[in-house]
Amino acid sequence: MYPSRFHYEAPRSLDEAFGVLQAYGDEAKILAGGQSLIPLIKLRFAAPACIVDINNIPGLDFHEEDSDGSLNIGALCRHRTLERSPLLRSKYPTMSATAPLIADPMVRNRGTLVGSVCHADPQGDWASVMLAMGGEIIARRADGSERAIPVSQFVVGPFQNALAQGEIAVRARVPAARGTRTGTYLKLERRVGDFATVGLAVALEVSGGTINRAGLALTGVGPNNIQCTAAEQSLAGKSLNASTIEQAARLAAEAAQPKTDVRGSAEYKRHVVYTFVTRALSNRQASAA
Amino acid sequence: MEERRINVVVNEEPKSVDVEPRLLLAHFLREVLGLTGTHIGCDTTNCGVCTVLVDGLPMKSCTMFAVMVDGKSVTTVEGLGLPSELHPIQEGFREEHGLQCGFCTPGMMMASKALLEENPNPTEEDIRWGLSGNLCRCTGYQNIVKSVLWAAEKLRSEAGAISR
Amino acid sequence: MAQALDEIKIGGLGSSRKRVEDDRFLRGKGNYTDDFKLPGMVHMEILRSPLAHARIKSIDTSKAWQIPGVHMVLTGEMAAQHNLAWMPTLSYDTQAVLATDKVRFQGQEIACVCADDPYIAKDGCEAIVVEYEPLPPIVNPWQSQAEGAPIIRDDKEGQTDNICYRWEVGDREGTERAFAQADLVSKLELHYPRSHPSPIECCGSIADYNSATAKLTVYMTTQAPHIIRAAVAIVAELPEHMIRIISPDIGGGFGNKVPVYPGYVCSILCSILLARPVKWIEDKTGNLISTHYARDIYYKGELALRKDGKILAVRFHCDSDNGAFFSDAQPTKFKIGLIHSAFAAYDIPYGYMTAQGAYTNKAPGGVAYRCSFRVTEAMFFQERAIQAAASDLGMDQAAFRRLNLVKDDQFPFRTPYGFLLDSGQFHKCLDVALNAIGYDDFLREKEAARAQGRRLGIGISTMTEPLGAGNSREYDILGIKMFDAAELRVHPSGKAILKIGSQTQGQGHETTFAQIVTHELGIPAADILVQHGDTDNTPFGMGTYASRSTPVAGAATAMVARKVRAKARKLAAHLLEVSEEDVEWELGRFHVRGAPSNGVSIQECAMAAYGNMPDGMEPGLENNAYYDPPNMTWPFAAYIVTVEVDPETGVWDVLRMVAVDDCGVRINPMIVEGQIMGGMTEAYAMANMQFITYDAEGNCVGSNYMDYLLPTAWETPGFELHEVVTPSPHHPIGAKGIGECAAVGGPAAFVNAVMNAVDDTGVRNIDMPLLPDRVWEAMKYKRDVSGAPPVKSDS
Repeated sequence: MYPSRFHYEAPRSLDEAFGVLQAYGDEAKILAGGQSLIPLIKLRFAAPACIVDINNIPGLDFHEEDSDGSLNIGALCRHRTLERSPLLRSKYPTMSATAPLIADPMVRNRGTLVGSVCHADPQGDWASVMLAMGGEIIARRADGSERAIPVSQFVVGPFQNALAQGEIAVRARVPAARGTRTGTYLKLERRVGDFATVGLAVALEVSGGTINRAGLALTGVGPNNIQCTAAEQSLAGKSLNASTIEQAARLAAEAAQPKTDVRGSAEYKRHVVYTFVTRALSNRQASAA
Repeated sequence: MEERRINVVVNEEPKSVDVEPRLLLAHFLREVLGLTGTHIGCDTTNCGVCTVLVDGLPMKSCTMFAVMVDGKSVTTVEGLGLPSELHPIQEGFREEHGLQCGFCTPGMMMASKALLEENPNPTEEDIRWGLSGNLCRCTGYQNIVKSVLWAAEKLRSEAGAISR
Repeated sequence: MAQALDEIKIGGLGSSRKRVEDDRFLRGKGNYTDDFKLPGMVHMEILRSPLAHARIKSIDTSKAWQIPGVHMVLTGEMAAQHNLAWMPTLSYDTQAVLATDKVRFQGQEIACVCADDPYIAKDGCEAIVVEYEPLPPIVNPWQSQAEGAPIIRDDKEGQTDNICYRWEVGDREGTERAFAQADLVSKLELHYPRSHPSPIECCGSIADYNSATAKLTVYMTTQAPHIIRAAVAIVAELPEHMIRIISPDIGGGFGNKVPVYPGYVCSILCSILLARPVKWIEDKTGNLISTHYARDIYYKGELALRKDGKILAVRFHCDSDNGAFFSDAQPTKFKIGLIHSAFAAYDIPYGYMTAQGAYTNKAPGGVAYRCSFRVTEAMFFQERAIQAAASDLGMDQAAFRRLNLVKDDQFPFRTPYGFLLDSGQFHKCLDVALNAIGYDDFLREKEAARAQGRRLGIGISTMTEPLGAGNSREYDILGIKMFDAAELRVHPSGKAILKIGSQTQGQGHETTFAQIVTHELGIPAADILVQHGDTDNTPFGMGTYASRSTPVAGAATAMVARKVRAKARKLAAHLLEVSEEDVEWELGRFHVRGAPSNGVSIQECAMAAYGNMPDGMEPGLENNAYYDPPNMTWPFAAYIVTVEVDPETGVWDVLRMVAVDDCGVRINPMIVEGQIMGGMTEAYAMANMQFITYDAEGNCVGSNYMDYLLPTAWETPGFELHEVVTPSPHHPIGAKGIGECAAVGGPAAFVNAVMNAVDDTGVRNIDMPLLPDRVWEAMKYKRDVSGAPPVKSDS
């Protein structure tokens, strides 16, 4: 409940922020929403020497579609905004379903999507959504150059991301859809606001009943969020029917790497993955959550 | 020891104070400003008894550093009503027995305030969802929901009276 | 003629008057322990053991002492110099204050640091280096009794095993004879999981030892300030009159704030050593992993049944997991609380039970978490066994209960374990509940849904429980008999102060205890101030837990008001110039017999007590009363829950929850209903999500609110409340305890409902909490699911 001492910087621009990063190297930690980082600091599980609070940097609190149809979500765009976004509600059903399931209303007022993906908690929901949608994190360097890192390569281990020293994740990007987006996020939680026992993101891009692109990713059933590549491939170019749904559900369940713990047996979690994929693709509401 | 000067408006009063960066907003309010109505219940951002409004939005003050509210305005339970008159939300909690030990009540009311500002005519379900980040061990929530409904009605009738 | 007072209007018995406590809480002006700031105060933090079982090889505190702002680093070795490394428990065992030899559970207190602020104190804790030699951890009774198990309490001379008590009660031979005549024996085994009362406010204290006056004042989060004063006097060897315990506003207790904890003792010792106030405020993890747990009992029982459904006898054994120190807060005579109150609601001629306690490497405790000393476990075992028996007989669960519940004309009813039930209308309560839920309709709905592959279920729990210990013949804690006291002083203007020895933690005593005085004297409740929680300024009381307040302190309040009224009658006779026999009482007023218009108000009597008393009468209008209850009060409840279980995921949702409570006369119906809803929420929590377990290494799973799940407004069901009123025949105003009934009787209703939804699987039991994976496993494999620790894992 009582953090260790740290040095605090609240830069007013990205340039200033890069300056701090340069001075403090890997001892610096970026703070956006802080809803995962601050609890860790309070419990002294994390004790960064320098905290770089980016909340005063203008121009990072946005989510909008580019002219090429891709969706960009700034590093200070809060869960709250995404939860209430008409854009997401009309065009990004998977994201729209996810936002209200993140933690609780107060945490959503503060926490950010980009921060959540950077935190790389295996039980984080947004990383699965980004995996399913083929999302990227845009990392920026001091010289102004940027690189796009697919989320599949961005999350490299539990609580580890692929940002190099001196880089700041400035936004997330979801590429334009080929067709209409459908999909959802199903989350089995022991109580509202809990981390997922099992989470499933489904993001389909469909035209004329044919799936152009299928994204399926899992939360809470492995050392990291898991992209169900085989299940995705099994659906690509197909339409949804009992047999394609069953096959995808089976492949997704096989892709899961659950562990038996206080939330349930590995067998149970795998079974829930199967059930969720079936329900999500059959457009049935999960009674979970 | 590093300290930073912060300028913050708390319950409409400007404050200018030097604080250690590691000082949590909840401790700043309680220990530095003596506003002990904001409570602390857990270490993990779950219980919501420390909820205050930061620039009008409810936040968990145990999960922000005081330095982060530099330039912002904070409202605590002490800023909710007037010394002479309870806010309709406070009245609602009293009328509907929405509190017992009182420990979660300030946070619960601050979350309710934001909820009603965004949605003046909430359903029972809206309230239960909107308060899902605030734990109460005493009441079983049913009376809290009634309290917020009571306040919503009173606030609506007051707003109606003003607009007429 | 003066108009008769309307008792409801002046806030008397039966009035849902708004709470007088609320104004300060609503404005953020409550005074909880952490809100006090004393001049010169330092802050204390505790270093806890990360290991469950280990020998301490060394503790190096030198780095902590060097941190600027640190004033004290206290270890067990230093505490031992003051004879305070160990302290007695409320169950005649000992408990380490700060570990000296071994750590015996994860989270055990090792050292504490006092500093200018809690941040620096935490820095100090982090700077302490402890070297451990790990020992095998024990996390359940079976491990503790296994051959070659390490002796956890090797500090106790003569302790050669891990057993902390054995206990039995009942008629063994009579029970055996009855079982021999049974047509059918219904057996059940289950585990009531470890839980934690977990008030949102954690424990804390501010010890302020004044070296000039030698007076120790302690502000602390306690439900039982007077008992704490006695305990502190014993533990710290201080004279009792020089100890003042102030229990200010308490942010919930639920039994967690009854015991004496090492943190309190350390803050006192540090204050004495530093001669300045020391504040200790526990964090949530500290609260969950070290302060007293509840439950953690294994039940193995059987009912002897006649084929027509009559229960002939009951026999059961309990294994309790008591953690590292046997420190249940319970009456001396009873080693597993009042667990033998199980089956009290049923007319069963014979009963016998045995119990055994095990030391394990887990937090100590066994507190009465929102119940009267293990009564929650008792009623859960009872109602699960009753449902299993009905099912074994192929009988409807409501009909089976109706056949065996104690009937109205059987009161007072003696149970086979020796309790005497005071009163009740058990059958009426059950009928009200069955009607409210629409029992027969639901059974039809369930059948129809089953045909479509949906699983509905209905669960009943009917129970009575003993609330309001003592009597003093049988009940004591630390040798102090269980009674309560009240003092009432009526001022010249007729305004009054009531002082009581019990302590509110949200129950609203400041509101309801005034109502009792109003009922007895007719003084408006708004004119009565209720004081409590300061041992220098209130009479003795055993504290608020086990639903004791209304049954005992409430009775003391009625009795002291009657004493005051008796004196007021003399004053009235004097004022009315008639003899005392010619004075008649009506609410708030005496009048001359036969001349109702010729009277004086209680307020006029009060003024006379100070200004116009008869010659020879001692002035003033005040008194005190000690109340030693003749029996406990026995409320009754019928709870019915309906659920739907998702056959694919095991997730279950509550459809409806009906509660019928008979707690005798209701002093403040609004507050009674608040207590029922709060208790029912804890019952739901217990059945659904809330538990503490341990992994094989002895790590506590459930050590913070991410893992120890408490329900939110979102999933907590709505409650439908109904009432039946059977006044207690021995309580002065006919009231019974109510704070805990729903938490005690509720869990079985939820569990029975889920079990009913899977009644085609042959599964007899799923241990609480009924997590979706457990329900799924039961459905899939058609087998019972145990939740006993250690937690299952792949390794």
